[in-house]
Amino acid sequence: MIPAAFDYVAPTTVADALAALAEGGDEAKVLAGGQSLLPILRMRLNAPETVIDLGKIEELRGISEDGDTLVIGAMTTYADLLASDLVTEHAALLRAAIAEVADPQIRHRGTIGGALVHADPAGDVGAPVLALDADLVITGPGGERTVAASDFFEDLFTTAVGEDELLTSIRIPKHTGWGAAYEKFVRVAHQWSIVAVAATVKVADGQIAEAKIGLTNMGSTPLRAASVEAALAGGSTDAAAVAAASASAADGTNPPSDLNGDADYRKHLATVLTRRAVLAAVGS
Amino acid sequence: MTRITVTVDGQKNVDDVEPRTLLVHYLRETLGKVGTVVGCDTSNCGACTVHLDGRSVKSCNVLAVQADGHEVTTIEGIAANGELHPMQQAFHECHALQCGYCTPGMIMQAIDLLNDNPNPSEAEIRAGLEGNLCRCTGYHNIVKAVAQVAGQKGGE
Ligand SMILES: Cc1cc2nc3c(=O)[nH]c(=O)nc-3n(C[C@H](O)[C@H](O)[C@H](O)COP(=O)(O)OP(=O)(O)OC[C@H]3O[C@@H](n4cnc5c(N)ncnc54)[C@H](O)[C@@H]3O)c2cc1C
Ligand code: FES
Ligand code: FES
Repeated sequence: MIPAAFDYVAPTTVADALAALAEGGDEAKVLAGGQSLLPILRMRLNAPETVIDLGKIEELRGISEDGDTLVIGAMTTYADLLASDLVTEHAALLRAAIAEVADPQIRHRGTIGGALVHADPAGDVGAPVLALDADLVITGPGGERTVAASDFFEDLFTTAVGEDELLTSIRIPKHTGWGAAYEKFVRVAHQWSIVAVAATVKVADGQIAEAKIGLTNMGSTPLRAASVEAALAGGSTDAAAVAAASASAADGTNPPSDLNGDADYRKHLATVLTRRAVLAAVGS
Repeated sequence: MTRITVTVDGQKNVDDVEPRTLLVHYLRETLGKVGTVVGCDTSNCGACTVHLDGRSVKSCNVLAVQADGHEVTTIEGIAANGELHPMQQAFHECHALQCGYCTPGMIMQAIDLLNDNPNPSEAEIRAGLEGNLCRCTGYHNIVKAVAQVAGQKGGE
């Protein structure tokens, strides 16, 4: 299938992209890696008048450090993140989750910014970004603003990024030395998460000092399993203690029911996957 | 129309394309590179896999205008001096195809896989081919062919 006709612009700076967005109004659409947008255009679920390709904006790519923070440009691809030593060292949870996205071809094109703004509740990038307490930098006509990940995801496919704005970078506090695991449950290869759990854990003196847990596809947005985090903190790393803490993983969630499983099945999965992810993250 | 400059299989092309043209349609219909095929409408099957600046992509999920200024390699560009690429040769020797429809994409992804990881385990080969579907072979001989090329390279 072929998209409906559109005008195409490929600005080379964020300022020019914002100007194009302002001019195009709600008939303009931003193109990042295209791995979600192009299927949508091909199925004609959307037919923008103008497509603004961010692919030539170098300032939106790359991974750098700013003190205790990792700064990731919105146009950085999954493949770039997987190849980054900085990500492996300071945000192991992000790496673990991104390794599970789609397939190598899609990981060569898809970007972290595109995935976050697309905000598919079954997408694998939201839960680790939420669990790592990231800040999202959004740039618009009025300049730059920063939104905490906990305020970024508003609903299905809806984020804090306005129609005249761009997500420009993702700021992740370094979680150096934290264990991490992403447990993605699927039935067949190359599938979207039925449920997935992102866990990153700091172990000190054989105890869990702190744990952060993000849930994928357990509601209309990525969620934190706050009660599990509280139950794990200060506790033992042994299997029985982790299992007991994980039992509340589905508290307060509202997962969908579909052909892959009903809501109760997903709630059960969340407890099992949380236990597995935490145990993998503490290395036992 | 948008003017693009794309190097395909070593040859530079300058063409005016409609922005909505998919890279795979540009390759097949404008350049006549029909070795790259379309197998689905959902970007799942991988039959259309080519290399863009040396990394595998699904050419049904890239616009031709996004390839402007970049380099594309298709299944038609990997044999050199009349000799099959080692991956093509291994697919032939290991009987890694039946109907052959998935083969152009499968071979391009297999080459990318070994560029990324020259010594993959069987599990890593299967994971690396996750985005390529084959309806005929059951994958077994495809995995064998990739392992054979990895083994040859290891022995060099
Ligand atoms: C076959 C297939 C399987 C997949 N499987 C998975 C999977 O298992 N897990 C998973 O998580 N994902 C999966 N994906 C989706 C993939 O992760 C997409 O790459 C990602 O969701 C979108 O990133 P992108 O850079 O391609 O964005 P695009 O598709 O270019 O854009 C997505 C949306 O975000 C907007 N946008 C993009 N960048 C910005 C920005 N900087 N500022 C403002 N708006 C922006 C666009 O306008 C568009 O609405 C799959 C996709 C395919 C085709
Ligand atoms: S035709 Fe491109 S993935 Fe199927
Ligand atoms: S050989 Fe027929 S689809 Fe793979």
